[in-house]
Amino acid sequence: MPATEASIMSTDILEQRSRRDARNERLFRWLLKGCALIVLASLLGAAGATLWGGRDAFGTFGWHFLVSSEWDPGNDVYGAMVPVYGTVATSFIALLIAVPISFGIAVYLSEVAPTWLRTPVSSAIELLAGIPSIIYGMWGLFVFAPFFADHVKPWLTSNLGNKPDDGKLSWVAEHVPFVGKLFGSDYPFGASILVAGIVLAIMIIPFISSVMREVFQTVPTRLKESAYALGSSTWEVSWDIVLPYTRSAVIGGIFLGLGRALGETMAVTFVLGNAMHLSASLLDPGASIASTIANQFSEAAGLQKSALMALAFLLFVVTFIVLLIARLMLRRLASKEGR
Amino acid sequence: MSALYLRRRVTNAVAMTLSMLATLIGLAFLAWILWETLRQGIGALDLKLFTKVTAYGEDGGLLNSMVGSLIINFIGIAIATPIGVLAGTWLAEYADRTRLGESIRFLNDILLSAPSIVMGLFVYTIIVLPSTALTHGNTTFSGFAGGVALALIALPVIVRTTDEMLRLVPSTLREAALSLGVPQWKLTLQILIRAARSGIITGVLLALARISGETAPLLFTAFGNNYMALNPIDKMSSLPQIIYQYANDPGEAMHALAWAGAFVITMFVLLLSLASRLILFRTKVSHD
Repeated sequence: MPATEASIMSTDILEQRSRRDARNERLFRWLLKGCALIVLASLLGAAGATLWGGRDAFGTFGWHFLVSSEWDPGNDVYGAMVPVYGTVATSFIALLIAVPISFGIAVYLSEVAPTWLRTPVSSAIELLAGIPSIIYGMWGLFVFAPFFADHVKPWLTSNLGNKPDDGKLSWVAEHVPFVGKLFGSDYPFGASILVAGIVLAIMIIPFISSVMREVFQTVPTRLKESAYALGSSTWEVSWDIVLPYTRSAVIGGIFLGLGRALGETMAVTFVLGNAMHLSASLLDPGASIASTIANQFSEAAGLQKSALMALAFLLFVVTFIVLLIARLMLRRLASKEGR
Repeated sequence: MSALYLRRRVTNAVAMTLSMLATLIGLAFLAWILWETLRQGIGALDLKLFTKVTAYGEDGGLLNSMVGSLIINFIGIAIATPIGVLAGTWLAEYADRTRLGESIRFLNDILLSAPSIVMGLFVYTIIVLPSTALTHGNTTFSGFAGGVALALIALPVIVRTTDEMLRLVPSTLREAALSLGVPQWKLTLQILIRAARSGIITGVLLALARISGETAPLLFTAFGNNYMALNPIDKMSSLPQIIYQYANDPGEAMHALAWAGAFVITMFVLLLSLASRLILFRTKVSHD
């Protein structure tokens, strides 16, 4: 009977089609999953490759690598202390400057500024966050470091430092511990740990302030309005209502900035002076992990190359942990919102 | 006026002034940087920038670096876009709320701000070293390796925007298609990605803006080249790399060339971010 035959044929076709669809579906799924796993693989790969490259240095120096401040390619002896100190010090200075300023910007843009001003100013700041870091580095090298050496540094060394030009110690340098050491320097140029920290701060201000502004906007209006209705001032609302509500995300934003600062290469390399010795003074040149790698890797061989790889591994692990904390903190606010 | 009230008023006034000052300081520094780049960059602009290669040094231009940058960025985007879009699609459509999906989304956010110099060393290890060993030193650093390094930096940007944009597509669209018997892969490729297209393009543009200024990962991958190189397996110059090299050079004329390169990159990046904002803005309006 033709009718049954046709129906048999159509079920055949249908079955074929659904089988083909199922097969395509499986292939498609695997393709997508494979692509997503590449993300995972590149993270693991970066950690693995640097650890593998640094195995000689870790094997030769062991724990001594982490605590030794010797970096002597002539005798093939390497320690991570100088670049690690430089990285930590510059990032710390950057946070010290960037966090209050970013907080001010975020408060101003979310609570104080007239509405018509908020969008243009915040998009300007966000646009500037996209400027490549090498531009910050160039500005630091050619504009800011000379300016600093001419106008700021002489004041700092003669009023706070223990090595003033005229040989007379200032009151602060004599009586307050550490300050004299921090600001004493007879190095004539601007490039220093302090300048690198300032340039880094300027670079991460847009990141931190836009994260802060974004999380400030998630505070429910009725919470703020209630506080205003009870007679709070704008400052009290920002400090006692907005900040506690968004605390974890604000910390997350700060850590995100810290992650950027730790791993930043170009903005720092130009203005750090690249001196591989430890100095207590913030006005002396230093080196960071990233700047050491950028400066030495192309000409390095053997154990030095391995030591640089080991440095990169340290940097990767530290930034990974910092960014992990940042994301976990940011996520806590998101879960509070029920997202 | 009680003392307490006065103190609160003063605290508020001081805090508000400080916050305004902070904004002014932040904007002033950023304006200073932009202004110097424009001033020094425009002062150094010259036709020879676009006609001569860097081999002539002070009398040369940046032609090979610009071409190199274009090629390396193109390779980076060409690798990162398909992988990133597919991975983002997986996160949004197939793995939403699964454990693996959530962890990859989380790790992708970390990769987003991982230090780029480490990514450069990673690519150095997986591409430059093996190609040196396989070709007995004939091919060492290459434009292709630079492209891969940039792709690793662009990838998380594209994954994230694709993921976010797909999650914005209304689920009624998915249900309508599925109820007509469309298989999920067809739904994803022909309906969802199309619906989120402008958002995905924005992500790609943002990724391009992000990688076009990256310097650190190119130092040990594309390396640099004073002559024109069009073949991606050759060493290749790029604008950020030549800026780095010239800025560290003692010659004043080299600094001018570096500023010119910085100006070109800054303009390129700012235009890209503006363009991506405009695309996003236009689609937002058209959806309402």
